[in-house]
Amino acid sequence: MYKEILQNIDHVAIWPMISFFIFFSFFLCLLWWTFTVDRKYIRHMKEMPLENDKDNQLDLNA
Amino acid sequence: MELDKFSYDNKIVRAFIIVTVIFGLVGMLVGLTIAIQLFYPALNFDFQYTTFGRIRPLHTNAIIFAFVGNAMFAGVYYSMQRLLKTRMFSDTLSWIHFWGWQLIILAAAITLPLGITTSKEYAELEWPIDIAITLIWVVFGWNMIGTILKRRERHMYVAIWFYIATFVTVAVLHVVNSFEMPVNWLKSYSFYAGVQDALVQWWYGHNAVAFFLTTPFLGLMYYFLPKAANRPVYSYRLSIIHFWSLIFIYIWAGPHHLLYTALPDWAQSLGTVFSIMLIAPSWGGMINGLMTLRGAWDRVRENVVLKFMVVAVTAYGMATLEGPLLSLKNINAITHFTDWIVAHVHVGGLGWNGFLIFGILYWVVPKMWGTKIYSNQLANIHFWLGTLGIIFWALPMYVSGVVQSLMWKEFNPDGFLVYKNFLETTVQIIPLYMIRAVGGGLYLTGAILMTYNLIKTAYSGKFIADEPAEAAPLAAVPAATSGGWHHRVLESKPVLFTVLAFISILVGGIVEIIPTFLIKSNIPTIASVTPYSPLELHGRDIYIREGCVSCHSQMVRPFRSETERYGEYSKAGEYVYDHPFLWGSKRTGPDLHRISGKYSDSWHYNHMLAPDAVSTGSIMPAYPWLFEQSLDLEQTAPKIRALRKVGVPYAEGYEDTANEALMKQATTISENLNMEGIEVAPQTEIVALIAYLQRLGKDIKSEKVAER
Repeated sequence: MYKEILQNIDHVAIWPMISFFIFFSFFLCLLWWTFTVDRKYIRHMKEMPLENDKDNQLDLNA
Repeated sequence: MELDKFSYDNKIVRAFIIVTVIFGLVGMLVGLTIAIQLFYPALNFDFQYTTFGRIRPLHTNAIIFAFVGNAMFAGVYYSMQRLLKTRMFSDTLSWIHFWGWQLIILAAAITLPLGITTSKEYAELEWPIDIAITLIWVVFGWNMIGTILKRRERHMYVAIWFYIATFVTVAVLHVVNSFEMPVNWLKSYSFYAGVQDALVQWWYGHNAVAFFLTTPFLGLMYYFLPKAANRPVYSYRLSIIHFWSLIFIYIWAGPHHLLYTALPDWAQSLGTVFSIMLIAPSWGGMINGLMTLRGAWDRVRENVVLKFMVVAVTAYGMATLEGPLLSLKNINAITHFTDWIVAHVHVGGLGWNGFLIFGILYWVVPKMWGTKIYSNQLANIHFWLGTLGIIFWALPMYVSGVVQSLMWKEFNPDGFLVYKNFLETTVQIIPLYMIRAVGGGLYLTGAILMTYNLIKTAYSGKFIADEPAEAAPLAAVPAATSGGWHHRVLESKPVLFTVLAFISILVGGIVEIIPTFLIKSNIPTIASVTPYSPLELHGRDIYIREGCVSCHSQMVRPFRSETERYGEYSKAGEYVYDHPFLWGSKRTGPDLHRISGKYSDSWHYNHMLAPDAVSTGSIMPAYPWLFEQSLDLEQTAPKIRALRKVGVPYAEGYEDTANEALMKQATTISENLNMEGIEVAPQTEIVALIAYLQRLGKDIKSEKVAER
């Protein structure tokens, strides 16, 4: 029965293509974003685990 | 700017740390016990509650859910508060989570040795416990999302992303795989049958490794490794790509556990393709971890915490390269069902999870007690014992896997199997089992040293229950450090983020699982396959209870070496009434899918009573209790009703006459045995088990006869 339902959807074959396209573009955008993102932001994120400890000294330049 | 003053809750972290250590020791001790049982079966004392099939799941559950699980919670509760600059959302929820989880572990420790099990690997716990797990998991997620919402840090560090993905995915996996029809309070049948059950189970099993043993620990790695090394992660950009690609790809790879089985070929191929793709994100993560130490490798020489972490990340890299390789069909043909797989998971378990946990504990305990580690030297000894333990554990098992597999497949020039008797291949690898137990012993000894060291450390300091902290409230923080509007939208809305992660992990599961349910041609039916008789059903439940599936597969793969040894290869249509499926994942003993008619009833009777007397050198334990205990006939009707509800075509009202049919079949077997001088009452459990074993593969054999 479910098979019938799937088959009766108009242009059902386009759905996997759309899904693929969505995912592929998601990853393209992700790559584009990671390469263009503000350095200040990256630096801020990187420091995050080290911030709380008073005895942890940052050596970002190392 | 006015700063909020608050404190971090260290008490909950301490509680999770204590149980991590306790259950780590227990889980490893059970592991060592079953490792020794494999060459010295008498170690179960002929006692049903300590026999291999029942305590092997106790070992896996204790390690995965009690040791690694509690360590995960300890690490998450510690790092999350600090990364989000806030106390946990609710202390009450934290403690409900803690005690609820420990009660679940207690329930597992009681039910598994009693033989109360669904038999699905890493999901053995019965349905009431499954419900409890769901509830407690929701409490954990609620507390986590609540904490994220009340954070004082605008941006979510990548570790938090891994925690969110863990929460969402484990919830989905657990719920979908645990669909089962209760028979009574302590027994249920899987909602799915045969091939479908196998696919759902390994989608679960594979992703339980991915999202319980891997993603939360990657999150912990991204937090604690920079902490221990005192330098930021190598590439934050890489960590973002690592995250999204890992969670998207991982979920598709489950079918690689079912290569060459009766699973439809397209699903197997998908599993392989995505497994190969997984190398990229996995190694991205490993490289990111190791490169964090660039220019600081001199510190690894002195710092025991870093030593543990470096080995952990290296083991992660090895296991995640090995996994995809094992997913290639040609390699899988040799390695599947052998000790190679056992070695593979232990490189991950002992190396990645174990060593990362040890590293974190050595770092976090002195911090929380405001002191230094009691003995660096002892910790170093632990490191070397652990490392040697892993080597002595894994290497013999790799050798064992290859040796046994090649022996299974060896033909002589006349075209006959050289080692026709399965036992010959077992006897060959027993010395390797002994070496493996030595490895396990070393590893456990190291963990005992750590326990002593951590206790001494705690006593030398003073516990900081509420660590004071201060931070600006979120509203006051300017958005100057943001990463652009699109990222702000994604990250500042944890709920949206959670939904996106949810979609990423859902797609793979849907694409692979649903067609197997919907498209009939994926599971061709076989006319001669009929539901189990009531007696066989009881026998099958004994097979499940005793954990026979731990050592015996019911899946003859389409290789000449297997059809020659066992008979006709297994077909999808043969399993349509198997709730749950019992394909198994390891052959410590031979496959049983074609066992019917191979031996007489009396052979099975004597073999179950004293395997070593029937097959000299056998490492199978004896099952004397099956000869004393009787079947609970009152359960026959509820069993039949439950199976009918999940689609087994027992006629309406059959449950009323089922026990008559049962007694008739049992009496035949008992008379059969009587003729060979064996006195046994028809209601004895062994009779049901013999009936089940004599049924395995019978349907398809009778079809062959009919064709002729």
